[in-house]
Order: sequence, then C-alpha cells, then structure tokens
Amino acid sequence: MASSRMLDSDHLSAIAVWTAACLVGGFFLWLLSDIVWHGVAEISWEFLTTAPLNAGRDGGIGPILVSTALILLVCMVVALPIGLGTAILLAEFTTDESLFGRLIRRSLDVLAGVPSIIFGLFGNAFFSVTLGLGFSILSGGLTLACMVLPILIRSTEEGFRAVPTDYRLSAAALGLSRFTTLTHLLLPAAIPGLLVGFILSIGRAIAETAALIFTSGYVDRMPESLLDSGRALSIHIFDLSMNVPGGDAKAYASALVLISLLFAITTLSAWIADQWLHRRIIPV
Amino acid sequence: MNQPMDSTHRLPSWLRPPDGLPGHQPSPLIQTEKLSLAYGTQPAFDSVSLSINRGCITALVGPSGSGKTSFLTCLNRLTDLIPRCHVSGRVHLGELDVLSPKTDVLQLRRRVGMIFQKPNPFPLSIRKNLEFPLREHGMTDREHLDHLLLTTLQDVGLWAEVKDRLESPALALSGGQQQRLCMARALALSPEVLLMDEPCSALDPLSSGVVEDLITSLRGRYTVVIVTHNLAQARRIADDVALFWVQHGTGQLIEQGSSKQIFDHPQHELTAAYINGIRG
Ligand SMILES: Nc1ncnc2c1ncn2[C@@H]1O[C@H](COP(=O)(O)OP(=O)(O)OP(=O)(O)O)[C@@H](O)[C@H]1O
Ligand SMILES: [Mg+2]
Repeated sequence: MASSRMLDSDHLSAIAVWTAACLVGGFFLWLLSDIVWHGVAEISWEFLTTAPLNAGRDGGIGPILVSTALILLVCMVVALPIGLGTAILLAEFTTDESLFGRLIRRSLDVLAGVPSIIFGLFGNAFFSVTLGLGFSILSGGLTLACMVLPILIRSTEEGFRAVPTDYRLSAAALGLSRFTTLTHLLLPAAIPGLLVGFILSIGRAIAETAALIFTSGYVDRMPESLLDSGRALSIHIFDLSMNVPGGDAKAYASALVLISLLFAITTLSAWIADQWLHRRIIPV
Repeated sequence: MNQPMDSTHRLPSWLRPPDGLPGHQPSPLIQTEKLSLAYGTQPAFDSVSLSINRGCITALVGPSGSGKTSFLTCLNRLTDLIPRCHVSGRVHLGELDVLSPKTDVLQLRRRVGMIFQKPNPFPLSIRKNLEFPLREHGMTDREHLDHLLLTTLQDVGLWAEVKDRLESPALALSGGQQQRLCMARALALSPEVLLMDEPCSALDPLSSGVVEDLITSLRGRYTVVIVTHNLAQARRIADDVALFWVQHGTGQLIEQGSSKQIFDHPQHELTAAYINGIRG
C-alpha cells in the first residue's frame, strides 16, 4: 500500500513537472512558428540590405540592422569592462558583511527590477540632454549599458563566487600575487558566469524598445556616425505593428530576423567562450 | 611502501640521521611566541609558544578543532586571506618577523610552502600546474623548467606514472597522485619549510605509504611541519611532536618534545592518555 502510494505521488509530481515543461516549450514553439509562418516569405537578401520605403511597408531593414548593431556594440563595449570590474570588486575584494558590498549589491538588485521606460527617460535626460548627445546611437547604447549592467554584474559575480576558495588559498600558498591569481585562475574559471550575464544582457538589450524610443530615436536612415539617430530593430517592429497600417508582413519578417540574430549571437558567444576556455584551462 | 621510492635511494645517508645523533644539536628555525588566533570573537588557539627545528620533521597532533590547521596558516600568513581572522603574538622564521606588516608575504610564502588536506591542483595540465608558479616567480628558461619538472616529479615518485601524459588535466589524476603533484608543485619553488595539513588523510593506505616515504625523504633538506591524526605515522616519521588540545574553550599547546620523549615518557597526563588512545 505504502509503496504504491509513494509511486502515485512520484507519478503525480513527474506529470506536473512534465506538464509545466511542455507548456513552456509549447508556448515558445507556438510563438516561434507563428513568426516563422508569417515572416519567412518576406525574408530575402534584398530585405536585409535595402532601406525601408513607404514608412516600412516596402523595402528592407538594411539601415536598421546597422543601427541595431552599433547600439549593441556601444552597449557591450561600455558594459562589459565596467561589469567585469565591478563583479571582481564585489566578489574578490568585499566580504558579504561589508557595508560597501551590501550597499552595491542591494542597489544593483533594485536597478535590475526598474522598468526600462525609466531607463529611457533617465537616458534622455542625462545622455541626450545634459551631456548633449541628442537622439543618437551613442545615447541609446549608453542607456542600454546602464540597463544591462545590474544583471551582467550579478551573474559575473556569481561566476567568481562559484570558484572554489581552494584555488585562492593554494595559489596564495605558492606565493602568487592576487593579480596573477585573478587573471590566470579565477577569470578563466569565472567565464561561464560572465557568459550567462552576457547572453542575458544582450538578449535584454536587443529586445529593448522603451529605453531606446527617447534616446536613439526613430530615424530609419543609414547612420553616418554614432552621433546620428538610428532606429533599432525592436523599435522598427513596434512602429510597423502599431503605427503603420499594412506593415504587419514586414513586422513579422523583422521579428524573425531579430530572433535569428539573438540565437546567432548567443550560440556564437557560447562557442567562443568554450574555445577560449579550452585553450586556457582544461576542464575535468 | 612496498615500492621503495627512488628519491630515498638517491638520498645520501648523512641526510637521514638517526634520532639523537651524537654531537648534532638541532637549531630552531621557526619560533612562535604567545601566538593566538581568533575568528571574529571565537578564539581558535591561544598563547602557543612552539619552536620548530631546522631540517626536522615536527608533527602536530591533537583532537579535531584544537587549532592545528589554524596554527599552520599563521606560519605562512594565509590568515591574511581569511576575513575577520585576528592573529596576535610573534612568529620568527630565522631572522624574519613573519607577522610584521612590512614582511613581503609573497616572498614569505615562497620560503614556506604548504600542502593542504584536500589535494588542490589547479584545473590545468600536469605540466602547467608545475610551471605556472615557477613562471610567475620569474623562471622562464625552458631547459631549467624542464629540469625542475623532471627532478621534482621524480622526487615525489610521480615521474614514471605521468611522464607520458604531462599535457593531460591534473584533475584526471587519482587523489594520491594529485596530492603528490601538489607536493611537487610546492617543492619546485625550493622552499625552506613545508607545512603539511593531514596530507595523507584523503588517501588510500598505499598512496598514503608512498606520501609518507616521500615526507621521510625530505628530512634534512627541508623543515617539515605536519599535522596528522595518525599517531603511528607521527611516531614513524616525526623527530619532534607537539600536542594540541582544547581547553577552556580554545586550542592550547599541551606538550612539546622529541618524538621519543612524547611517546615514551609523556609529561602531561593528557598526552599520556592521548597517545594511549584513551581520549581524543
Ligand atoms: N575559517 C574559519 N572561520 C571560523 N572559524 C574557523 C575557521 N576555521 C577554523 N575555525 C574554528 O577554529 C577552531 C580550530 O579549527 P582548526 O581547523 O584549526 O582545527 P584543527 O585542529 O585543524 O581540526 P581538525 O583536526 O579537525 O582539522 C575550530 O573551532 C573551528 O571551528
Ligand atoms: Mg585541520
């Protein structure tokens, strides 16, 4: 009796877990297939390279892809070093109890939950107006950097904290400096955490609309410098589906491009990190 | 144990003096004076004054939690890395005042190597485990590195086992091999002192025997301080023995003396009880 009861509750929990997993997977598949179904017909080399015409109903997304890439580039070039530095400071040079560390961690956790529209308004006020960068790719990228920093820092910090203390002690016992230990042992071991942070950040950044509306702007021409306004892909999709009657087909195609890009970037970064890890450090 | 180590063979007999060699006065290399350590407000050991003889093997024995590991970490200032750890008293290594803030800890730790209870090779190849610290200490000459690699791996009796797979991950070695690799890594820096924290506790009897032979072969060339729970082992390898005990809520040094004295004529009743296995 007892054992069949156990079996039943085991079965129940297995069913519950599988149902949840299938729901999530099914929802994702539905979303993906909807986008592919509606969008794939529009995808062509011409679509990817030419400028949008007639408010985006015709033509392609060439300049928009360039703007998106530039915004992401600015975002990551700024966010990665600051994120890595702060994560190292938090994980290696502050203790759990120290007031400074607690303060920074708490602020980051709050910042991570702030809605992106707030970052957009802040970016507009600070980068566009106060620093005089106007509506530009630079303003947009910097705003995104602020937005993704909390998540980037926290997951990189986790990466460092996951490295066993043994490495630090044994390195110190061999007379190695903290700097050497950091660059040669801890950093390679913390790369997986950094990678998770990077993927989450770039996913958030590439999908961002609200933070960019007030900072990088709407202009769908090909940008000539970082100080030009540039329309990001997500804004293009938003605009086509909300403001442009008859823009749905192109909106679907753009969404498909966005998802493919996200997929390509995460796969590529995982692959690069893996290669680098193999070169530096040999896993078990 | 059943395979005699080549290093023991190569060692000239004068490096392995029998106990109480006439006319041979051991001189202290490390001396602690009223050394105390506390984690936060919790004392780990209190007022330990111990002297450790040059070229000898000193065994620290005593029950769990009596502060033996903590004591070792004071000798190479690994305590600097432990948050909220307070050390007071004095430690002399020859002329060097170990605890002085002016002491160059990296240089100190080169002179005082440490082997941990759990083998902890870096997640690198076997070769890199040995070469990485050497390179960081400025040894970059290829030939010299290769020579050190060969001799230290031979010293720890690992050469025959790993010579064909120097580029494979150190973490793929067995526990005993990893521990010997860690010893080779420490020995390659040619320290004066080796601190060993229960180096055999994670090993099977056979590997443990190999490591024990290795430690014996270090006598004379290095000053060894070894923590062990194995009294038979302490008796076999140690020249001097120090007994730690928890008293009044903190670790204390109960008795120190030559191995012969501690095991045959213990002065303190706790020592007598402990070596006879009555308590602890
Ligand atoms: N990092 C630490 N933080 C706080 N307390 C610690 C720390 N390390 C050790 N202690 C405490 O200090 C006391 C002495 O510990 P220590 O590890 O030095 O004992 P030990 O003699 O090496 O014991 P064992 O034989 O079990 O290894 C113990 O009460 C222990 O709980
Ligand atoms: Mg211990």
